[in-house]
Amino acid sequence: MKTEKIVEKILLIFALSATLVIFLIIIFLFKEGLPILKKEGLGFILGKIWNPGKEIYGALTFIVGSLSVTFLALLIAVPLGVSCALFLAEIAPKRAESLFRPVIELLAGIPSVVYGMFGLIVIVRFIKVSFDVPTGETVLACSIVLAVMILPIIISVSEDAIKSVPRIYKEGSFALGATHWQTMKRVILPTASSGITASIILAMGRAIGETMAVVLVLGNVEMIPKSLLNPAEALTSVILLEMGEAPVGGTHYQALFAVGIILFIIVMILNIISMKIGVRKK
Amino acid sequence: MFYEDKIYICLRFNKNGDKKMKKEIIGISICMLFLMGCISEGNKTQTLSLAGSTTVEPIASRVAEVYMEKHPDAKVTIQGGGSGTGIKMVGEGTADIGNASRKIKDKEKDLYPDLVGTIIAYDGIAVVVHPLNSVENLTKQQLQDIYAGKIRNWKELGGEDMEIVVITRAEGSGTRDTFIELVMNKGKIEETSSVLQKPSNGAVKATVAGNENAIGYIGLGYVDSSVKSIKIDDVTPSSATVKGGTYPISRALYMYTKGTPSGLAKDFIDFILSSEGQNIVEEIGFIRID
Repeated sequence: MKTEKIVEKILLIFALSATLVIFLIIIFLFKEGLPILKKEGLGFILGKIWNPGKEIYGALTFIVGSLSVTFLALLIAVPLGVSCALFLAEIAPKRAESLFRPVIELLAGIPSVVYGMFGLIVIVRFIKVSFDVPTGETVLACSIVLAVMILPIIISVSEDAIKSVPRIYKEGSFALGATHWQTMKRVILPTASSGITASIILAMGRAIGETMAVVLVLGNVEMIPKSLLNPAEALTSVILLEMGEAPVGGTHYQALFAVGIILFIIVMILNIISMKIGVRKK
Repeated sequence: MFYEDKIYICLRFNKNGDKKMKKEIIGISICMLFLMGCISEGNKTQTLSLAGSTTVEPIASRVAEVYMEKHPDAKVTIQGGGSGTGIKMVGEGTADIGNASRKIKDKEKDLYPDLVGTIIAYDGIAVVVHPLNSVENLTKQQLQDIYAGKIRNWKELGGEDMEIVVITRAEGSGTRDTFIELVMNKGKIEETSSVLQKPSNGAVKATVAGNENAIGYIGLGYVDSSVKSIKIDDVTPSSATVKGGTYPISRALYMYTKGTPSGLAKDFIDFILSSEGQNIVEEIGFIRID
């Protein structure tokens, strides 16, 4: 009995340390960035001009940059990913599935800087040549790279969700005379929808927070992109590129932390929306 | 459906143990926070961390490899991040040596007055274009006009009718700072949709190598066959012209330490300044100081 109590306590400590670390990071983030948010107010989020030299901080350009590449990446990756998951879980023969699964999980382990260099050398070049633009560093290029990065997440988590649908549902549907596709469309997908939504949340979180691949491929031009073939700059990129130059404790430094707070809040909002959608689908 | 159900069930079953669990959680959290505050900084004598300029990075990495072979108990780690980051990190104490491809600025001297710089090599900043670009030579004024946004098409310089895509580094880069000082005469680099910022010398090189319209600036040591370096005022960038002083865009590469170098940092810097270290500097494509 005693060892059981000890084990319980140890597990509690591990769980708490993870939570504590996250809380401390959040507290640090808000401590450093909140003063400038209080000072500038809504102007920080809606302002279009970001000029540290003149102490003008408006992050709208970067918010639009980050959100546009994330949503376009989801637009590309979600249909592909969910279809792939459905294929692997329902249609592919066992041997094919056991071949594809490790390959997809390998894709998830590739470092983001490698994706970035691949994106720069292959995708950016492809877009430059295909669309005859002066440079391929565009919202489109970044979305494609991000889509490839989040694809493994969507596929593995959705596949798990689809496989967890109780066999009884499937068998009942077949017993009622439904075809395989009708079963997939009307029984399996709706049942797995909360898991699939979870995979989309994870993918969104990864895409919004992606720094290295985005900074290599998006061009980092401080302008709101007017089309898919324009370069832009993301919230993560501005922090990466400018943190080295900002004097510790100064307003530029605080402004960069405030950008971090915005990132955090965006991820929180996306999470809440997705949870609401997931609950409603019941 | 199944995730929410599982969480719901767990919460229902735990109602009895709730109050006690809450007390335990609070108690253990306080203990852990206390412990975290008590952890002291470890001994740094056997590890050496360098950070900063991506121009200095290849030199530091190669020297570190050789140094660690000679001193198996030493562990040297190198990061990039740009000269600004390097100076800030060594000033704040998060790195032992800050690599910089420029001299420390006055603002930085005010923040970190005890930083001491040692010149470890010389470097030229090569202006590069795609190998298929027909332009061979630019005057310093033309280069300045390109980056200021006054010249926008290669045909104005005798090349093809293509829009010029200007590649620059982000602020915090020593390479960028030197470029602004020596080429732009401290003027601004134009911010248009055709001026792209890249986070390192390597990224600039890869971008220019893949784009016929592009022009960029990189450390001389980074130039290879994937890009073509341009003559500036009819002077080809090379070790000879940088050392001789005829190439107009040259600079010194520094390693900054808190106070005069001591301990492992001193040993490492002395090694770079030795003839063996300088041989490595030359091998990589930079210019030795002796």
